[in-house]
Amino acid sequence: MTRKVDFAAGLEPERYELHSPSSVIFETGRRDFFKFLGAGIFVVCAASKAAGFQESGGGRRNGEDNLPQEIDAWLHIGDKGEITAFTGKVEVGQNIRTSLSQAIAEELHVPLNSIQLIMGDTQLVPFDMGTFGSRTTPVMNLQLRRVSAAARDALIALAAKQWSVDPALLSAADGKILDPRSKRSATYSELVKGQQITQLLPAEDPLIPAAQWKIAGQSVPKVDGRDFVTGKHRYPSDYKVPDMLYGKVVRPPSFGATLLSADTHEAEQMPSVTVVRDGNFLAVAAPSSALAAKAAASIHAEWKSEPQPSNKELFDYLKKNQLPPEERNDNLRYETGNVEPVFSSSVHRLNSTYNINYIAHAPLEPRAALAQWNGDQLTVWTGTQRPFGVRSELATAFHLPEEKVRVLMPDTGSGYGGKHTGDAAIEAARLARTAKRPVKVVWTREEEFTWAYFRPAGVIEISSAVDHDGKIAAWEFHNYNSGTAGFRTYYDIPNQRIEFHPVKSPLRQGSYRGLAATANHFAREVHMDEIAASLQMDPLEFRLKNLKDQRLRAVFEEGGKQFGWNKPGTANHGFGVGGGYEKLGYVATFVEVSLTPATGDIKIERVLTAFDCGAIVNPDGLRNQLIGANIMGLGGAIFEAVEFENGHIVNNLFSKYRVPRFRDVPPMEALLIDRKDLPSVGAGEAPIVGVAPAIANAIFAVTRIRLRTLPMAPLLVSQGFQLS
Amino acid sequence: MPAKYALLINGQSFSVDAEPDASLLSILREQLDLTGTKYGCGEGQCGACTVLVEGRAHRSCLTPVSTVSGKSITTIEGLAKDDRLHPVQQAFLDEGAMQCAYCTSGMIMSAVSLLNNKHNPSDAEIIQFMQGNICRCGTHPRIVAAIRKASAAGKESHP
Repeated sequence: MTRKVDFAAGLEPERYELHSPSSVIFETGRRDFFKFLGAGIFVVCAASKAAGFQESGGGRRNGEDNLPQEIDAWLHIGDKGEITAFTGKVEVGQNIRTSLSQAIAEELHVPLNSIQLIMGDTQLVPFDMGTFGSRTTPVMNLQLRRVSAAARDALIALAAKQWSVDPALLSAADGKILDPRSKRSATYSELVKGQQITQLLPAEDPLIPAAQWKIAGQSVPKVDGRDFVTGKHRYPSDYKVPDMLYGKVVRPPSFGATLLSADTHEAEQMPSVTVVRDGNFLAVAAPSSALAAKAAASIHAEWKSEPQPSNKELFDYLKKNQLPPEERNDNLRYETGNVEPVFSSSVHRLNSTYNINYIAHAPLEPRAALAQWNGDQLTVWTGTQRPFGVRSELATAFHLPEEKVRVLMPDTGSGYGGKHTGDAAIEAARLARTAKRPVKVVWTREEEFTWAYFRPAGVIEISSAVDHDGKIAAWEFHNYNSGTAGFRTYYDIPNQRIEFHPVKSPLRQGSYRGLAATANHFAREVHMDEIAASLQMDPLEFRLKNLKDQRLRAVFEEGGKQFGWNKPGTANHGFGVGGGYEKLGYVATFVEVSLTPATGDIKIERVLTAFDCGAIVNPDGLRNQLIGANIMGLGGAIFEAVEFENGHIVNNLFSKYRVPRFRDVPPMEALLIDRKDLPSVGAGEAPIVGVAPAIANAIFAVTRIRLRTLPMAPLLVSQGFQLS
Repeated sequence: MPAKYALLINGQSFSVDAEPDASLLSILREQLDLTGTKYGCGEGQCGACTVLVEGRAHRSCLTPVSTVSGKSITTIEGLAKDDRLHPVQQAFLDEGAMQCAYCTSGMIMSAVSLLNNKHNPSDAEIIQFMQGNICRCGTHPRIVAAIRKASAAGKESHP
């Protein structure tokens, strides 16, 4: 029952996925594919409603041609045999350029390097809501496999017609169609020469089962890896066009401040400097970034600021500033059975509160955009996980029809859910409009730490009641602000009340790798540990006693075996476990910590994560994602927290905001459970959720200190411990 | 006041006009179109902008152009010889030691600097040396493995 609902939830964008768009609105005012690509076969995959996200207003307006309205992907095979696939998904380091190419190569029976993937260019690719929610593998990978299979069948049909044979007798291999009986063969390029075939994807087209994969299912390196180790790849912040200026925004001293006055006289006297003031937007553009910085610094601006809360009062604030009931949505509450009678009669009841701080994505490449106007046509290169979303933001900000705006997304220096909005794009475009020259805006690290958005902070309250035999009888869970992702329990509990309480957030907040699933898993899995401790039960055994889901049981059981959970522990060493189900993947993380009593040093000795995401497309890529998510999870678990006061961010530099570095990384192991019998799902997010609770539980095992706040280091330090 | 600076980058001579305190990073990226060297923080905390000056790692975001005039500078673009990758570049490829790879140039340049001065570093020494380079994607174990591999493979001399 729980699982079914969670599946549905996995298909809907989380509230925070689309939250907090850039709010700037300025006061002033049939793609011809054969022409673009040449002759060949062109396969279009019409989207099925069930496979994608529901429309959430705005964005999809691609009715300007004769193609079907709902398209997920398309693919072209040219008359030189070149294969080009088009997708609205984007590459931010999760390696989908490679894994999607593997899927195409597999179905088309061609070498991996014969495929070119056009990604995230709103003029060339089909609409896509964005690269988030771990949807690329379960949805886009499947769609591209389907278009590739359809293209293969179209090639077989061409050959069958040419040779007057039954298509069922022909097969594809090594970029050729073969007739095993006559030993005839024709390359794809020979077959498509002179053809102009547009094929809609047939409803049913057999795909190659995972057990028979030859290219998919294998560890292959990043397809364009060489461009990255040689510095050749151009990230958005590297883009340059002739005549380009560098933009610099004059930022307010605090969030939401109003611009009262600005003395821009000195900046305006500087050679080739453009100054723009439009509402609260104040910025300059200059031929070099140094001159732009100098011009911006010369501006004397007066702002009106409002008093704002600080992180010192954050958790009280979240509890006291809930949105009024009329602004809430029914699906933010889930109830089954009746918790009250169980709580009132239970002898074994626990209540705990968990606090989650805001954390920053801190992508190493800050937000960047290069904007160029050609009349009323706007072209923007920018790093975003939502190129079509940014196109909408630009169209709105400049009162343009979306067809006049083209957004291109070069493979970008990471996002982690932090690059959903088009802030830098809007800023660059606004400057470029006045300067009448292209403008590039690259945020500084301080800007990135301040003017991006954050992973929501939260307060989570849990009450539980357990039978004397260790079965959970009632479960009440309240999440204030951090979000609904993963807030439902996957444990088998007859009486549940689970509720999300939206809050007026003191900081701009939005998506983050795994969204609120990290917070919700932390609270839930630490609470499970608390119950187990109170019953003096083994925490893993207690989980399994309350768990029916076979795939989740498998990651707990197999992970525990590999980790050596039942082996006798060394003195002053403790084990902890945390796991769950998120974005269709099943995860369990195991952690061993050691304590040196004389010094109070706590050391994370090792981390093991067991993971099941269906049929694995690229084992090495998956291992890379999983370990990466684990390491990123360490930061938020142990030391990352955004400090703020009165509308500004205090720790707005890498020297003040600590992220995991080499010395912070313990030995890490991935146990991959390859379910070739099940659909492939995403892996970028789920592996982050078990890390924090597993660490907290392991530290409890060795110190008896219960850690209920993320990050954990401040409390440990206040108790005389150090975490290394 | 702007002045002319002679720069020797990847074996090639350049003359640039710049303020003396202009960062080497901004000159590389804006004037010379050598964009393989990245901006990450501007305070020498992340290592994305690392280049070699006389074979040693420097954070180019904090290096005034006036201080490196006439010295031999190597950027990521100058590491491969003809078509042959430097052993550290090859090891990063072989180990898949990247995700978004925005930190990769700086990681490779730091690693080359380490190996220039220490031929067979221990894991602890690698970790110690690389502590100043940030990878947000969490590829640290692979980067350490790549450096270890390059250390074993790269006995020949490199810049």
